[in-house]
Amino acid sequence: MQAKTIKAKINDKNVRVPAGLSILDAAKQAHIRIPTLCKHPDLPATAACGLCIVKIKGSKKLLRSCCTTLEDGMEIITHDPEIVEVRKTVLELILSNHPNDCLQCGRSYYCELQKLTADFAIQEELFEKVIKNKTKDISTKSIVLEPAKCIKCGRCVEVCQQIQDVWALGFLGRGIHMRIAPAGDLETANINLADSPCVRCGQCSAHCPTGAIFEYDQTESTWAKLRDENNYCVAQIAPAVRVAIGESFGYPIGTNLTKKLYAVLRRLGFKAVFDTNFGADVTIIEEATEFVQRFVHKKGPLPLITSCCPSWVDFMEKYIHGAIEFFSSCKSPHEMVGALAKTYFAEKNKIDPKRIFVVSIMPCTAKKFEIIRSKEMFSSGQQDVDLSLTTRELARMIRQAGIDFKNLPDEEPDHILGDYAGGGTIFGTTGGVMEAALRTAYNMITQENLKNVEIDMVRGLQGVKEGTINIKGTQVKVAVAHGLGNVGYVMNKVLEAKKNGQDMPYHFIEVMACSGGCVAGGGQPYGVTDDLRIKRAQGLYQDDRDQKVRCCHDNPYIQKLYDEFLGKPLSEKSHHLLHTSYIARKSYLK
Amino acid sequence: METIKNLELTPGLLDYIAQWKDKPGNLIMILHKAQEEYGFIPRNVAFKLAEVLDVPLAKIYGVITFYHYFKLEKRGKNIIAVCMGTACYLKGGEDIIKELETILGVGLNDMTPDGKFSVEAVRCLGCCGLAPVMSINGTVYGKLLKSQLPEILSKY
Repeated sequence: MQAKTIKAKINDKNVRVPAGLSILDAAKQAHIRIPTLCKHPDLPATAACGLCIVKIKGSKKLLRSCCTTLEDGMEIITHDPEIVEVRKTVLELILSNHPNDCLQCGRSYYCELQKLTADFAIQEELFEKVIKNKTKDISTKSIVLEPAKCIKCGRCVEVCQQIQDVWALGFLGRGIHMRIAPAGDLETANINLADSPCVRCGQCSAHCPTGAIFEYDQTESTWAKLRDENNYCVAQIAPAVRVAIGESFGYPIGTNLTKKLYAVLRRLGFKAVFDTNFGADVTIIEEATEFVQRFVHKKGPLPLITSCCPSWVDFMEKYIHGAIEFFSSCKSPHEMVGALAKTYFAEKNKIDPKRIFVVSIMPCTAKKFEIIRSKEMFSSGQQDVDLSLTTRELARMIRQAGIDFKNLPDEEPDHILGDYAGGGTIFGTTGGVMEAALRTAYNMITQENLKNVEIDMVRGLQGVKEGTINIKGTQVKVAVAHGLGNVGYVMNKVLEAKKNGQDMPYHFIEVMACSGGCVAGGGQPYGVTDDLRIKRAQGLYQDDRDQKVRCCHDNPYIQKLYDEFLGKPLSEKSHHLLHTSYIARKSYLK
Repeated sequence: METIKNLELTPGLLDYIAQWKDKPGNLIMILHKAQEEYGFIPRNVAFKLAEVLDVPLAKIYGVITFYHYFKLEKRGKNIIAVCMGTACYLKGGEDIIKELETILGVGLNDMTPDGKFSVEAVRCLGCCGLAPVMSINGTVYGKLLKSQLPEILSKY
């Protein structure tokens, strides 16, 4: 069906655009950029900042283009001297409540407010400065809130409440006293973000236009560990990092830079470089075995629910206690690599595991909390993963080290925990874990591989994907949800069926907390949109196609790992090193 | 952000919740009732309401910090509201607040140590002809003189 189009004029030029677009979006299609600090492509318009004002010809009124629909025959002016002047004043007013410490701000250079301030050449303070709420909240050790730098655009609140359904952040107070905070004040009542139901997904930090919400930066601690010669520092990279890091160094979106990452990590001083994709392969062996146990041998409840996403685990532990029994007990891939680095790798290379310092490079802020979330994260006798950096922090370290990333040679990983199958690499996008697990479960049940390993029904950006896969006559019902706000639809069906003792609607469920999966994780380079999510995911699907081995169980290094060290999937050793447990958690104890 | 000991939702509040629970606009109505019952919104009452109404705590705090009407701290037994609307302000509303401070030993938005009085400033009470005006627990005192304050306060 052809969507209805309308004709209008923007800045005296005829435009033809689909009906129903806001003036802001229609102008974008006509290659006109209207500035805004509150409207984000992921989020509904809230008309908070007032920068996107435009005129309709013949009227003196200034309208906010983000929330005014372009109608047939309209004549719009997006830029004229008056509009520019008003925009400048709006910016000056925003700046009157914003500190001037750009040079000491982590967001400097990538800040949307700073960029507009430069575009408008604002060089003096016309309004008296009023800076409020100066207390920082570092309680989550994953994301840092600095309400003093907040411009009250509301993106973080919108993403936390509406997209993620977490409701950790909200607005308190009104007018000049309005501030972003959990339910209760830090300054007067010592209620901080860690008290709230925050799942540390970091989507607030990825959507914040300024430095008001920022990842808990651990680049300095990483350098300190690298400097100490007694440490045997090793690194691992998550699937989604390889297709996003390039954006920080001028590559086209979605470029796969796996081999340059191996090279750069060695140059930063890591003595061994592993790949979390290998851990993903291990996860699949364990999780698919778990699935077959429950599905074929009826040992354990269905649906099986994936557990690789720490924000999802945290969300379930806080909000959906009735789902704990369905969770896979598998740790996430990087935790598996951490545990194996300090046992299998240490033994093989005769390195004292106490000296090994494991740094994970992740697209994620929640991983910073996951590494200490329960006693199982210390299964090797040490903390299995010692530190988790986001993609953004790694980009910063590469620049600090003065490395010419683009001109690095390609290198290989350290083989024992570095080689991966295609199934491991697609973990970084929504549907990927499900697809990889089904490839292996199919083999475990039928003793042969799928003819076509690409399972299209679990791919793509639709919020909930449901389908049935035929395993030689047996129908496996699956659901894939991403963006925590989409979880309710799937989990309500499951909990309802459980309550009424009915057949379960699904056998297998994958959830990733961030929309699009890890490719758009809270720790990835800024500026995420659906277009970018798709391109990063395409990078991973291409990586999958480029691998000789597509199915995790066919990875020879995985077979070697089980032969030499773990024994069988779900063996006692696997259970000890690779599995975890969950508890119901309460938020707001005070 | 105070809590109250041995929290039980009062029968009045429970009745009200039963009446309003499934209606649109329930949250603000129930919060009004809660404030009426406790004099403020104790934090553990907010927890309980979040649970009973299945509303995120962040939403409740968004509402109760947005409207000045809602208080997060305990207030005195008697609420003195001094009008600071334009007419009362011009007629010396500020002097009334200062005089109350001298007599009671506490300023705006504070409670006397014995818990007897709280002093608050309000916008227009709707009787500008009587400026300056204050009210205590809803009883209005108009054309106020500083010298009348001790006698008025002694009634409570």
